[in-house]
Amino acid sequence: MADLDATSTAPIVVGKTPSGIDGLDAIMAGGVPTGRPTLLCGGPGCGKTVLAMEFLVRGAREYGEPGLMVAFEERSQDLLQNFASMDFGLTELIDAGLLRILHIEVARNDIVESGQFTLDALRIRIEHAAREIGAKRLVVDAMDSMFSVLSSSEMLRYEVARLLEWLKEVGLTAIITSERGTAELTRNGFEAYISDCVVLLDQRITEQLSTRRLRVIKYRGSPHDRDEFPFLIDRRGFSVLPITSLDLAYAASTERVSTGVETLDEVMGGGYFRGSSVLINGKAGTGKSSLAARFSESAAARGEHCLYFALEESPAQVTRNMRSIGIDLQPALDSGRLEIAAFRPTFRGLEEHLLGVTRAVDERKPTCVVIDPITNFSSVGDSAHVKSMLARILHHLKSSGITLVLTALTPGSGTDDETETAVSSLIDTWIALEMVPVDGSRRRQLRLVKSRGMDHSTDDFELVLSSEGISIKSHGEEAS
Amino acid sequence: MTEPTNAEHWILRLYIAGMTPASRTALANIRAICAEHLEGRYTLEVVDLLERPTLAEGDQIFAVPTLVRQLPPPLRKIIGDLSDTEKVVVGLDIQPAS
Repeated sequence: MADLDATSTAPIVVGKTPSGIDGLDAIMAGGVPTGRPTLLCGGPGCGKTVLAMEFLVRGAREYGEPGLMVAFEERSQDLLQNFASMDFGLTELIDAGLLRILHIEVARNDIVESGQFTLDALRIRIEHAAREIGAKRLVVDAMDSMFSVLSSSEMLRYEVARLLEWLKEVGLTAIITSERGTAELTRNGFEAYISDCVVLLDQRITEQLSTRRLRVIKYRGSPHDRDEFPFLIDRRGFSVLPITSLDLAYAASTERVSTGVETLDEVMGGGYFRGSSVLINGKAGTGKSSLAARFSESAAARGEHCLYFALEESPAQVTRNMRSIGIDLQPALDSGRLEIAAFRPTFRGLEEHLLGVTRAVDERKPTCVVIDPITNFSSVGDSAHVKSMLARILHHLKSSGITLVLTALTPGSGTDDETETAVSSLIDTWIALEMVPVDGSRRRQLRLVKSRGMDHSTDDFELVLSSEGISIKSHGEEAS
Repeated sequence: MTEPTNAEHWILRLYIAGMTPASRTALANIRAICAEHLEGRYTLEVVDLLERPTLAEGDQIFAVPTLVRQLPPPLRKIIGDLSDTEKVVVGLDIQPAS
């Protein structure tokens, strides 16, 4: 009895085939179901064909699995042309026998219907082409176009169901794309026949920014993340930006990394923890960028590789500003151990930024990263949006063991900016900088608001920026 | 629009996938239509895609049975077992014999 219960409630064990697409396999706990069709639905222009094609390209390139693209809407030449601007290398894969494009032309003008028919010819063509290249992966793209040409939709639906049944029998790992319906998930009700795994793509415009989202609606027999995930398409293909594993424990390092300020290191017991994330916030002119620059400079001097994202200024401006307060970044830049990447958030959407940061990090493989300032992101999205993006950046950097320093600008009004409040929970060490009036003049004050895993001093310190460098001292200490 | 004259020779090709009941029905139907309208001036070729799968590409066949009017031009396709005779005659653009 117990055994019976156990088997009836146990999830079906599904073999997984990695799509190879950035982030998607994490969401799908390994990939798409092996040997079964997955339904990919979404409105026009949301990226169905790109995702489907990338599934084949990654399969061929990274897993040596030949793939067949059955394309209803676009001819082979058109597809090759459309994908020419991307790094998919379709022609090479075709020449290598790892990819085949089978165009099924369904033209309205020359077709008349008379009586019963089946889609066996389509099945035979797919079978034949798949056998020729030894296909393991299959995409059937935009099969809906048959429905707009043929009027016998009931018969067609039945035949599509038969075709999909056949796919399951032959065990091809397939992605079937379909147009999103208004009432139903798909315009022609394909979800009734593909029930194992359903993925929905969606594109919406909010505040004139287009955001694309992916959601795994259904995955029978497998755990999966039900959230919506932003995704991007660029030259290299699809990137889904998962946040799921954020709760995972990161290997907590006990190694310390110098803050770049000797006296601050002393107060913190040696510096920041390697692989931790540090937020430095304060109003304009309180010394945020200076602390961040000292950190990157000392990292480079130790022989580490630091990537500095300057969100407000050009690399030349950054070095010039730092020189004015006695920090010379030039040697570090010349050695190649410090790289400054400048970009303006307003030119791109948040997701593109996230992708820009993560890809730059993946390419350059730094050990330390500075983002100066993160507050600039709030100009391109609301607080929740910014938080989710930063969470993804933090996750990505943390899982790579990178030590991250973020600066945030506190607005003049004095109230904490929403962004820094939102991200503070994701931060290991929080340093707040302030200008305080002391004896008729104004002094910079540094406070360790929070420092995970550190037995830190909660005192306020005076932050001294001088041509000899940066230092902190306890109040009451005489300036040296 | 060129009207086919009596002198024109018709080439029809019927694509099937195995000799299924639908294939038989289609074959019987087109033979009857040809006998009535195109007697002595048509060639009917039957292509079984199970045996020659590559032939489906040329005429872009996805359903079976499909009847293709190869000649005279333009190319025309009729999908189904051809049980609706009137649709077949209109679809093939067969002019009533005068």
